[in-house]
Amino acid sequence: MPDMTVNLCGVALKNPVIAASGTFGYGMEYNEFYPVSRLGGISCKGTTLEERAGNHAPRIAETPAGMLNSVGLQNPGVEAFLSVYLPWLKQQGTAVIANIAGNSVEDYCAMAERLHDSDVDLIELNISCPNVRHGGVNFGTSCDSVAQVTGEVKKRCGKPLMVKLTPNVTSIGDIAAAAEAAGADALSLINTLTGMRIDIRTRRPILHNNTGGLSGPAVFPVAVRMVREVYKRVKVPVVGMGGVSTWEDAAEMMIAGAAAVQVGTANFRDPMACVKIIDGLEAYAGQNGLKSIAELTGTLTEW
Amino acid sequence: MRYTQETAKLLNKSELAHGIYSFVLSAPAIAGAASAGQFVNVLCGGYQLRRPISIAGFDGGLHILRLVFEVRGKGTAWLAEREPGEAIDLVGPLGHGFPLADPSKKAALVGGGIGTPPLLPPARFYGANATAITGFRSGSAVILQADFAAAGAKTVLCTDDGTAGFHGFTTQALERHLAENPCDVVYTCGPRPMMRGVARLAEERGIPCYVSMEERMGCGVGACLGCVCQTKDKDGPHRTRVCLNGPVFDSREVDWDA
Repeated sequence: MPDMTVNLCGVALKNPVIAASGTFGYGMEYNEFYPVSRLGGISCKGTTLEERAGNHAPRIAETPAGMLNSVGLQNPGVEAFLSVYLPWLKQQGTAVIANIAGNSVEDYCAMAERLHDSDVDLIELNISCPNVRHGGVNFGTSCDSVAQVTGEVKKRCGKPLMVKLTPNVTSIGDIAAAAEAAGADALSLINTLTGMRIDIRTRRPILHNNTGGLSGPAVFPVAVRMVREVYKRVKVPVVGMGGVSTWEDAAEMMIAGAAAVQVGTANFRDPMACVKIIDGLEAYAGQNGLKSIAELTGTLTEW
Repeated sequence: MRYTQETAKLLNKSELAHGIYSFVLSAPAIAGAASAGQFVNVLCGGYQLRRPISIAGFDGGLHILRLVFEVRGKGTAWLAEREPGEAIDLVGPLGHGFPLADPSKKAALVGGGIGTPPLLPPARFYGANATAITGFRSGSAVILQADFAAAGAKTVLCTDDGTAGFHGFTTQALERHLAENPCDVVYTCGPRPMMRGVARLAEERGIPCYVSMEERMGCGVGACLGCVCQTKDKDGPHRTRVCLNGPVFDSREVDWDA
């Protein structure tokens, strides 16, 4: 039996499959399909200092091999996260990743300080949400602002810090390098690609927010390319996501350079997707004579 | 484990009206757990998002689940092409359905178009104490009248163009019904303006009213926050998950102006 554990910047994951933020709530819903203790980790719904109502519906539009969403960070706020959801999550036996978001550097810092003494295992800095008017992706698209918010948060929080990157940039390698230089312990990518769908009868966007984030199998090749680019550019571990739907996708992502993967939109099509990916990766590792799944990371031989 | 992903087998298929299909499926786990007003999330071919379809009937003992759906786009068109014997991937039963209290109470069921099917389980529950007021564009689009009658319910058929039954809206028929008959509870599913009108009529008379909302859905289980509707309570407005907290809401919780 291959060793399925991976070490993500000091956090031991029982396997390299993490449920992606925004698709999995705080884990309670999918725990009605299978014990979420099967997962390497759960990246929680993007959480802010105060409760947020999010955007008006419609928030969902289907696309070829994918979907757009414009939820807009609806969440119960950090205090509810700490008092209601985190205690439950900590009993489930999986790594808990708090995904934090805000309007300003001060918001991110306050979130980091609030979580410093909490039981979360890892913080994922969400500077890549395309669906909010302030903050979000605005922080993630320039090297200077990425460095600033990463550095300020790192100063205030002893937890390992993973910075989640947006693909809506010219050079993701430069952004990744800026985050690493500012103290990021890991990087996760990609968040969604900004997109739009139009109802041709009404000539209005399907999404009330007009635009939304594209996810699903359609973005997978883009994500693999970006994970590869970032893996070659930085020393810190990279968590790959973006359209990972099958164990083969997860293996591809790891070969490209990911230490672990996040699985998001695939959960909607197949609620058992994460479990199938874990089982498939384990079988693949065994068949390929790997002692540890971690040996797979970055084993790509480029032409 | 509250939810089941189940490979159901299509047993019987019929086209009730143009583009509206009735599927009878063998789905033991979901049929055994279902209640009135819940829905299933149906995988449609290669499409990423499952299609939420209300449960039109279930029999846990016979392992039978009935779905009635309208072809709205490519996903439902794919579904309509399935033939008896084929496997269909379902997740369910999902959501909070219609609260059913006491079958000796008088219930009015008000359905519009493809919102009619989820009212069949309440019709079976209330039997002769149910009145099913259903509305359709025209006579050619009418569905399920025999099913409501077989459940024991009285039926009031309405069409927008007068080609069958009462020439007018279900809200007009409901108003007439309530003027002449006692009614303890109202259940409704259909276009939002219709449900809003139904809710107003019930609320004016102090009759509890339960509405089944619709929204574009992602996960179907409450995790993604894709499908919200505006609700209100003493704490103010909320954006509430249709898939998990609904699809059925007390009409007084819904903020119809949002």
